Amino acid sequence: MRPTAPLILLAAAVVAAGTLTACGSGSGSDKNTVKVAFIKDTNGKVTVRDDYVRLVARQFEKSHPGKKVRLIPIQASENDYYTKIQQMMRSPRTAPDVVYEDTFLVNSDIKAGLLRPLDDHLGTWDDWRQFEPAAKAAAKGQDGRTYGVPDGTDTRGLWFNKKIFKKAGLPADWRPEDWAGVLDAARTIKRRVPGVIPLNVFTGKGAGEAAVMQGFEMLLYGTGEHQLYDPGAKKWVTGTRGFKDSLRFLDTVYKEKLGPDVSDALSPNIQTQVAAELLPEEKLAIDLDGSWLGQQWQKTGGGNPWPAWSATLGQAPFPTQHGTPPGKVSLAGGWTWSVPQKSRQPELAWKLIKTFQSQRNALEWCVRGAQIAVRKDVAADPRYRTSVPGIGFFTGLVKISQYRPALPEYPRVASAIGEAMEAVTSGDASPDKAAADYDAALTSLVGGRTVARP
Amino acid sequence: MTGAVAGKAAARARTPGAPSPGRVLTRLLRWSPLAPATVLLLLFLVGPIGYCVFIAFTDTQLTGQESASFVGLANFRHAFGDPAFRNAVVLTLVFTVLSSVLGQNTLGLALAGLMRRASRPVRSLTGALVICAWVLPEIVAGFLLYTFFERRGTLNALLEWLHLPAQNWLFTLPVLAVSFANVWRGTAFSMLIYSAALAEIPQEVTESAEVDGAGGVRRLWHITLPMIRRSIGTNLMLNTLQTLSVFGLIWAMTRGGPGNRSQTLPVFMYDQAFLKSLIGYGTAVALLLLLVGALFSAVYLRLMREEV
Repeated sequence: MRPTAPLILLAAAVVAAGTLTACGSGSGSDKNTVKVAFIKDTNGKVTVRDDYVRLVARQFEKSHPGKKVRLIPIQASENDYYTKIQQMMRSPRTAPDVVYEDTFLVNSDIKAGLLRPLDDHLGTWDDWRQFEPAAKAAAKGQDGRTYGVPDGTDTRGLWFNKKIFKKAGLPADWRPEDWAGVLDAARTIKRRVPGVIPLNVFTGKGAGEAAVMQGFEMLLYGTGEHQLYDPGAKKWVTGTRGFKDSLRFLDTVYKEKLGPDVSDALSPNIQTQVAAELLPEEKLAIDLDGSWLGQQWQKTGGGNPWPAWSATLGQAPFPTQHGTPPGKVSLAGGWTWSVPQKSRQPELAWKLIKTFQSQRNALEWCVRGAQIAVRKDVAADPRYRTSVPGIGFFTGLVKISQYRPALPEYPRVASAIGEAMEAVTSGDASPDKAAADYDAALTSLVGGRTVARP
Repeated sequence: MTGAVAGKAAARARTPGAPSPGRVLTRLLRWSPLAPATVLLLLFLVGPIGYCVFIAFTDTQLTGQESASFVGLANFRHAFGDPAFRNAVVLTLVFTVLSSVLGQNTLGLALAGLMRRASRPVRSLTGALVICAWVLPEIVAGFLLYTFFERRGTLNALLEWLHLPAQNWLFTLPVLAVSFANVWRGTAFSMLIYSAALAEIPQEVTESAEVDGAGGVRRLWHITLPMIRRSIGTNLMLNTLQTLSVFGLIWAMTRGGPGNRSQTLPVFMYDQAFLKSLIGYGTAVALLLLLVGALFSAVYLRLMREEV
């Protein structure tokens, strides 16, 4: 070794040590700071949630002198957001104290030991009685304990442009009775109003879980009972007719060019594109989407203020496959505020969650975020009931809404469904082939706990 | 070094196996400046790598699992039996050969050669442009090229202006599109390396070849290329390793889609480890990617050694 070599190495080591410790020291937490991590819309102009979180944080700092709230907005697509918070929650150095969780992921994260049960706090919190039972169950683990406080729920249905419908000679109070009714309307629009996209159904991997829930499961849940998971047998279901029929519906939409151009439909930006461009620019006639869509067009915080939307857009429930009772189908989801297991300030975190879900703030959020209320006192508030046009329609869907199988393996099953949709939409596989591939993937994902059903 | 000589002499005089205290001390003294570096290396480099290797042999998940267990070679067996993995390997090779070996490398050499002849303003301008593409963060370059190739993007606008058919390049030719993006972004590096290499070729050699009547192609083949052989090797190796690990560019442009038609190994690895939460399997794939890099490097090192 040359005599200078150790010197160079030493210098390198000193520099490295300096940089590395510099990286580490920033994330140290102090006793008076509570860190809250939440998702920021990929459309940078949409600041509805950011504004609301900031509002609550200021309120909290005022009512708890000496305490500080540190906001950690994470700007990412939903799937990337889940990954990011899971990684953050794995280490006490990076774990936030309060985290915003999608309910479909809660059970998975509970099983991984990432979240902290809140039962002791909930038992002594009077407001908890105000929450709807279904909402209370949303963040319940398989151990019967509750790991989060929901801040709203959501339902799904068809949004349609009444002006385009008029041009196509379709009724303004459109109520399709079955899948054929939806496709017929789309075909009519394609024929009579060239230049607009007749129907959007989210599909493929680009839109992530949104495609699986808003797109595929809205179809699947209308094809018959327990086509995805059989709660009686406690097994995942393979080989169903409903699964193949749902893929066939997608195949029809994209083969007949009733949907957006396939390359757009599979693009990671399709969700933003639908809400920020296609609907407000009136280039899309029918959209199978969520109850929250209106928040994008609010005057404050919305990405693309569009005051005319309430007069332009109509809503219709999504029908079951053959119109079998109850004739319509909706899925419910929602997000919760939770405390990570490795939070260093769990007490302060709980206090912040209580502030988030005080009656006043919960109302504020439901109004700003076009959320479906989960607190009875909020649901009854006149300000909520008149906040957004269509809120009555979507609140009415809560009764018939079904939940996804909230099981630890669900996120991976959803990802396999996304792949099946992508294969069909891109033309890489026929619906039958994609369904068979899904069955094989599912069996390996859930450790063989499947049951075949025709 | 006198210390070492003295030490050796002392060791020879003694029975083997029992070094003198003096020798131990010299040795310790000689290594002591290295201690902090060694500790840091162990902590921050060997540690994580070792941890990665360990994880690759377990079924660790990001979420949805109580505790992980050791599964031996199961992850690796799974990889070789997984058509999606094999697809990713093939696409990685296509992407690397197209964008690094053929694209960046050749274009970089061509630019370096042309710039030697160009006037100063042209040279500065070209250099600045190419280097701009290089200093852009990968993800920014990814979004820029997304808007370039997209259905309503710049490329299609140009094509329509020329009355040529437009299409969504990211959908019809995803591998080609991301390869082009990587060439666009990475050529500057090759250009810089080759500019330096070309500048070191002695003027007399080129001049005497010219006097002997050698044309441009012959000069390139018989004089220039052999003389910069080492630079070519180094450049190919660095380019390839950099290209093998490209992730942000592809993620921003196509997310590996449509289907999995642009899913190279890093994207596949991310999909498995983070979207499907299979950290163990994803890490095993990462180790296999490392292996692919090592194979490429071995080939280049061999090329560099010959005929020099």
